Amino acid sequence: MGANKPTSTYEVEVGAKQRRLKMKTVKIMDKDNIQRAITRIAHEILEKNRGVKNLCLIGIRTRGAVLAERVNECIQKIEGNAVPIGILDITLYRDDLTMIDVQPVVRETLIKFDLTDKEVILVDDVLFTGRTIRSALDALIDFGRPASIQLAVLVDRGHRELPIRADYVGKNIPTSANQNVQVILKETDGKEDQVIVEERKRK
Amino acid sequence: MSEWTKHDLLDLQGMSKEEIETVLETAKSFKEISTRDVKKVPALRGKTIVMLFFENSTRTRSSFELAAKRLSADTVNIAAGNSSLSKGESVLDTARNIEAMNVDAIVVRHPSSGVPYILSQHLKASIINAGDGCRSHPTQALLDMFTIQEKLGRIAGLKVAILGDIRHSRVARSNIWGLTTMGAEVTVCGPATLVPPEIEAMGARINYDIDEVIKESDVLMPLRIQMERQEQKFLPSLREYAKEFGIDAQKLKNAKKDVIIMHPGPTNRGLEVSAEVADGKYSVILDQVTNGVAVRMAVLYLLLGIKR
Repeated sequence: MGANKPTSTYEVEVGAKQRRLKMKTVKIMDKDNIQRAITRIAHEILEKNRGVKNLCLIGIRTRGAVLAERVNECIQKIEGNAVPIGILDITLYRDDLTMIDVQPVVRETLIKFDLTDKEVILVDDVLFTGRTIRSALDALIDFGRPASIQLAVLVDRGHRELPIRADYVGKNIPTSANQNVQVILKETDGKEDQVIVEERKRK
Repeated sequence: MSEWTKHDLLDLQGMSKEEIETVLETAKSFKEISTRDVKKVPALRGKTIVMLFFENSTRTRSSFELAAKRLSADTVNIAAGNSSLSKGESVLDTARNIEAMNVDAIVVRHPSSGVPYILSQHLKASIINAGDGCRSHPTQALLDMFTIQEKLGRIAGLKVAILGDIRHSRVARSNIWGLTTMGAEVTVCGPATLVPPEIEAMGARINYDIDEVIKESDVLMPLRIQMERQEQKFLPSLREYAKEFGIDAQKLKNAKKDVIIMHPGPTNRGLEVSAEVADGKYSVILDQVTNGVAVRMAVLYLLLGIKR
C-alpha cells in the first residue's frame, strides 16, 4: 500500500476528470429551436385569446421575464401591438422560505398595471414541481382579480408535486428526478441560447 | 449581495459595507409592496414579533409594526407605562417572560445604552435595536442611507452634515458609523456644548461654522433638540439656537442647488428647522418615513426569513 501510494495531486486530478466525464450533458434545444417554440407559443396565445384585447404577460424572474419579453416581440410582429408586460419575483411567496438555509435574494416585482379582468399569461422557463407556479398564482391574486391566468413555459420536464399544468409548452422533455434542466439565455447568462439536460451534481 | 449571517441588529458599528448594501438592496425590492392595493406578502407568516418600548415613539414603533404586518408576521405591543415594569419587574425578566411565549423577535427601545445588547446575550429571539439611550438607532441610519442613495444616486463621496444636538443623538452616532463605512464624509456642526469632541474619533469632522457647512454639504440633517435630555443647561435659550443654527430659507441661499434636507423626526418647527424649509422643495422628510417601512421590512426579512 505504502509503496503504491501515488503522488496525490495527480490522483485527484484524474479522479475529478473521470467524474466530469460521467456527468453527461445533453443539449436538447438550440437557439433556433427556442425561437421557433416562442413564435409558436405567441401564435397559440393569440389564437386562444382571439387577439391582444385584455391580454398581458407576466414573466417570473429571472428567465421567465426574458422569455415574456421575447413572446411580446413576437406578438408585436404578428398583431402590430405589444401587450402590457410585468415582472414577478416570487421569493416572498415561496413555501420553503423558512426551511432553507441560505437567504434568497429578493428582487423587485414590477407590475405597473391593474390585473383585474385581464387575461394574464404567466411565463416561466422550466415547469418542474409546480411549486414556483403555485407561489406565482398567490402573488398574482394579490394584484387583483384577473379574468384568467394561463401558463406558458419553454420546457415541461414533468415530476409535478402539485395539480398544475401548462397551457402553452415549448417542449416536453421526459427527465429523471436526478437530472437538471437548464435554460440558458443570452440576456441572463451571456451565452448563446440553449436548453441542456445534465445529471444533477452530488451534494 | 453578500450572504446574511446576523441574528440580531444592535448597531451599525462593526457592520460591513457589504452587509449595509445587502439591507439597502433588499429594501429597494420591498418598497414596491407598500404601493400595492394588497400591501401584504406571506414571507413571515407564523412569526411573532414583539415591540418592547420603554420610551415614547410614534414613527419607529408604527413603522416596525407596519413592516411586520406587511410581511404577515403577528405583532404585540408592549409600552413600559402600562406593563409589569411599573410593578418593579426587571427589563431582563420582562423580556424572558415574553420570550417564553415563543416569540421570534423583540424590537426594543430603551433610554439606557446597551439594553438591546444585554437582551441579545440572554435570549434566543432576534433582538432589533429601535434606539438605546444616546448610543444607537441602526434602522434610522439605514433608512437615512437608503433615502440618500435614492435621492442622490450614491453615498460614497458625498458630504453629509449632521446639525444640532449631537451629544444626545443616537441617530447621529448610528449615521456616523454607517455613512463613513459607506464612504461618505460626515461633518457635525452645532453649539460647542452639544458637540462632544470625542465624536471625531468615530470618523466625523467637527466644524462650528454653520454657514460654511451649509455651503459645502450635499445632505443637511438637522436633529431635534431633545428637550427631555436637557437636564443641564446646554443652550442659553432656544431662540438663540434657532437664530444661530436653525435651518431657514435665508441660510439655505448659499446651499448647493440639489441639497437635500433630512430630519429623523419629530421636528420642532421653527427651532432646528423652519416650517418653510421642512415643507420646502429640498425636504425629503416624508420620503424618509415612507422608506423607513421598506428598510424595516428588509431588516425583519433578513433576520427572520430563513431557518436558523
